[in-house]
Formats: sequence, structure tokens, C-alpha cells
Amino acid sequence: MSGDRRRTPAARRPSRLRIWLLRHLQVALASLGRLARSPLSSLMTILVLGIALSLPAGLHLLLKNVQQLAGHWDGAATISLYLAPETGRGEAGRLAERIRRLVGVEQVTLIDREQALEEFRRLGGFAGALEALEGNPLPHVLVVRPDPAHSDPDSADALLQRLQGMKPVELGQLDLQWVRRFQAITEIARRGLLVLAALLGMAVLLVVVNTIRLEIQNRRAEIEITKLIGGTDAFIRRPFLYLGLWYGLFGGLSAWLLVSLSLWLLSGPVARLAGLYDSRFVLAGMDPATVAGLLGGAILLGLGGAWLAVARHLRDIEPA
Amino acid sequence: MIHFDNVTKRYPGGHEGLSNVSLHIDPGEMVFLTGHSGAGKSTLLKLIGLLERSTRGQVRVGGRNLTRLRRRQIPYHRREVGMIFQDHRLLYDRTVFDNVAMPLVVAGLGHAEVGRRVRAALDKVGLLNKEKVYPITLSGGEQQRVGIARAVVSRPPVVLADEPTGNLDPELSREIMQLFERFNQVGVTLLIATHDLELISRLGRRTLTLEQGRLLRDSTA
Repeated sequence: MSGDRRRTPAARRPSRLRIWLLRHLQVALASLGRLARSPLSSLMTILVLGIALSLPAGLHLLLKNVQQLAGHWDGAATISLYLAPETGRGEAGRLAERIRRLVGVEQVTLIDREQALEEFRRLGGFAGALEALEGNPLPHVLVVRPDPAHSDPDSADALLQRLQGMKPVELGQLDLQWVRRFQAITEIARRGLLVLAALLGMAVLLVVVNTIRLEIQNRRAEIEITKLIGGTDAFIRRPFLYLGLWYGLFGGLSAWLLVSLSLWLLSGPVARLAGLYDSRFVLAGMDPATVAGLLGGAILLGLGGAWLAVARHLRDIEPA
Repeated sequence: MIHFDNVTKRYPGGHEGLSNVSLHIDPGEMVFLTGHSGAGKSTLLKLIGLLERSTRGQVRVGGRNLTRLRRRQIPYHRREVGMIFQDHRLLYDRTVFDNVAMPLVVAGLGHAEVGRRVRAALDKVGLLNKEKVYPITLSGGEQQRVGIARAVVSRPPVVLADEPTGNLDPELSREIMQLFERFNQVGVTLLIATHDLELISRLGRRTLTLEQGRLLRDSTA
């Protein structure tokens, strides 16, 4: 009973918070309506934003896929152990067994010296040279592949040091060069992507600033009169900020659409290429975190651009 | 209600819009402001509405010292001062209702309250049946009445009018003045700038006469 009595006046007169929320919703929808009222120019602006945003988003995806592909490559860092020439087949096999049990080793393959010689003959070019030699110049070779947790250059190097100390290893070689090169290339690509993302983010910001600036100019009379009748700066700012928010959101959504479309166009040829390499590699799409990052970033850029335009131009318009 | 203490307004370039003006208007007064164009009528009104600030001297409205009012507080001051202009200053892409509703929306009133008050204001100026039309379809006199409805809808204690009958024929001017007298009867302080001396003399109200920025005469008829 007493609860009812307390609720009645509140129901009759909506709270300030409710009015405030309602106003925001109204302004947000009104701004959306403004976009809808000039669909062509809105769409063009949104597409410009979408294309600008889709470039870094697409490149981010490309980089992710390349890194994933690199992960697929077995033996990113392999260690070749050349055994002393006098080592017998049995001894080589026992060493392989011992290495196989070490921490950080995923696989050990023994390349038999006879087998290797055969292969050299088959490869051609060497046949004549090999005939001229007495006996087999090749040693037994153990190819050690570190497990993924130990395949980064530093761990692989540490493993190499350890293996080199084991008898009867004569020489150990870690083929790190290409791993290092690959890492350097991906690092350059990552940096390049950051630079590109920053530049295109700036472009998005400027497009929004300019669009909102024009909108402010178009609504000059409205702004003047609103100031005249006691509209606060926050009140006048609000529709423009929402406009920026919508531009950002729709720009982000169209970027998502563009990237997804490109992925879809690429997925067939990529699957065919992967098939030719006997790989089951599939292009990774936009995961939820990437989509959230893209949309969130786009909204922030839209809002930021609107804020800059508003801060710069609203003060200039005063009723006279 | 309105106090001017030795107020001077000098524009960039040295021209003085107002020179050392002192005046005092009590709450509930209806006062006319007259003088040739360029005498400083508009400047005086603009100082009250804080469209401009005085160069020297003090302006107080309703106990509020406008000289010291910070920029952020200007909107709250303007909500207490209804302003009416010769050129109406309506928004032509909005209906009459939406134009009149603006001061209430700006002040953050609820939907139902806005509707009720807008209709009451439109009823007072005799335009209740025009709430859904666009101002461009209205006559000059009707547009002016929309402007008046907008100025009084939030029931400000002070209403300023700058040449409200400037473009209207005598008949319409008389109607507008009757409207102002009705507002004055419910306690609104009115300051009306006009050069229609015939109208002023017929109404027999206190009249301030400005000449070249100086207060020439303060006559209670």
C-alpha cells in the first residue's frame, strides 16, 4: 500500500533521468533521420569512411593469415646435426633416440648416408662429381625439429648449443636465417600496417570533421535561435555528436562488409592454391574481437571528428 | 527588475551604441523604448538579453549581475528573458508547434508538459488551429504571433520586443499590443522598442527615449 503510494507521483511525473534518456534517444534518432533524409550524400560519406577503414582492417587480416600460414609450416626452425664420418648406422640411431627424449624436441629424423647419396645422384648434376669420389663422402645427418614452444630463434639456438655438445655430433647447423628474415618481414609489415592505419584513421577523422562542419554551417540559423532561447552548448552539440557517432558506426559496418566480401571473393582461389600444396589452410575471417575493435575504433573516430568540428565551429555562431 | 548603471557600449572602431545610460524598470512594468534608428534601442535590448556585453557600467536583470555572468551561464539567463524580433527569427523547416516548443525542449521539459504549454501559448496568441502548419504559409502578423508565443511559452519574467510591429499594418499592430498588455496584466515585465510614436501615445505607458546612445527622456505619460 505504502509502496503504491510512493510510486504514483513518480509515474505521473517522469523522473529527470528518464527525460534525459528520452531526449538522448530522440536526438540520436533525429540525427539518424537527418542521414536518411539525404541518402545519397550520406551513403557516399559512409562509403568513403568504409573504404578508408577497410584497408587497415583487410591488411590486418592478411597479416594474421600470413602469420597463421607460417605457423603451419612444419619445422619453422630445423637443426641439422652432421655426425662424424666414422659413426656407424647403429650409433646414429641410438643418438637419435636420446635426442628424441630431450625437452623441446618434437621430431628427429635420421638421414642415412647411403640414402642421402642416392638422393644426390637422383637430383642430377652431382652424379659425375660423386662418381669421381671414392666411397661416400656424406655423413649421417639427424634433422631435429623443436616443438612449437621451442622454435623461436633464441630457444632453437639454445637447443643447438646443447646438441652440439653431444657425441658424435661433428657439426650442428640451425637454419635460422629464413626464420629471422620472415620475422623481420612480418615486423615491417606490422609497422607498415600501423602507419597506414594511423594515416587512414586520420583521413576518417578529417572526413567526419569536414562533413560535420558543413552540417553546422547548414544549420546555422537553428543554432543561433537555439542559443537565443537559452540552449546550452551541450544541447547544441548533442545532435552533431550523434551524427558523428552514426557516421562512425555505419563507416565501420561498411568496412566490415567490404572486408567480408573481399574474403569471400578470395576464399575459393586460396582453397585451390592450398590444395595444390596439399595444405588444408583456410583464410581466417574477422573474429569477434577484430570486428568489435573495428566498429569501436570507427565510432571513436566518428565521435572524435564530430567533437573537433563542434569545438572549432559552434563557438563562432552567436546570435546577433 | 532591470537596472542600468552608467552603461556604455562601445563597438570596435569607436562608435558608441550606448553612452552612460542609467535606468531602472520595476517588476511588472510595461515600458516603451523609442528613438530614431541608430539611437541605441537594439543595443539596449541586446545588453539585457546578453547578445552583447557592456563596455562599461553595470547591467542587472532580476538581481543577476550580467557584467559578471560567465559564458556557461548565459543560456540560463536567456531562459528568463523572452525575446521577440522584427524578423520573427522562426525556423522554417519546423512546424509552428515545434518552433514554439523549442524553449521548453531546451529546458528539458517532459513531452506531455511541452504539449500542454505550447498549446496554451498558441491559444493565447490565437493560433491554436495552426500548430501543424509551417511558418512560411502564415501571414506576417501570424508569424509574429508565433514568435511571441515562443517568447512567452516558458513564462519568463521579462519579455523584450525589438520593433515587433515594424512590418505590420496599424490594425495588426494594435492586436499585437493588446497581446502585450494581457501579458503585462499577469505580471510580465515588458520592454518594447518601437518608433511608432502614435501607438505609444495611445497606450499611455512609460516611455524611454534614446538619442545617439543617450537617454534623452524618461516620461511616464
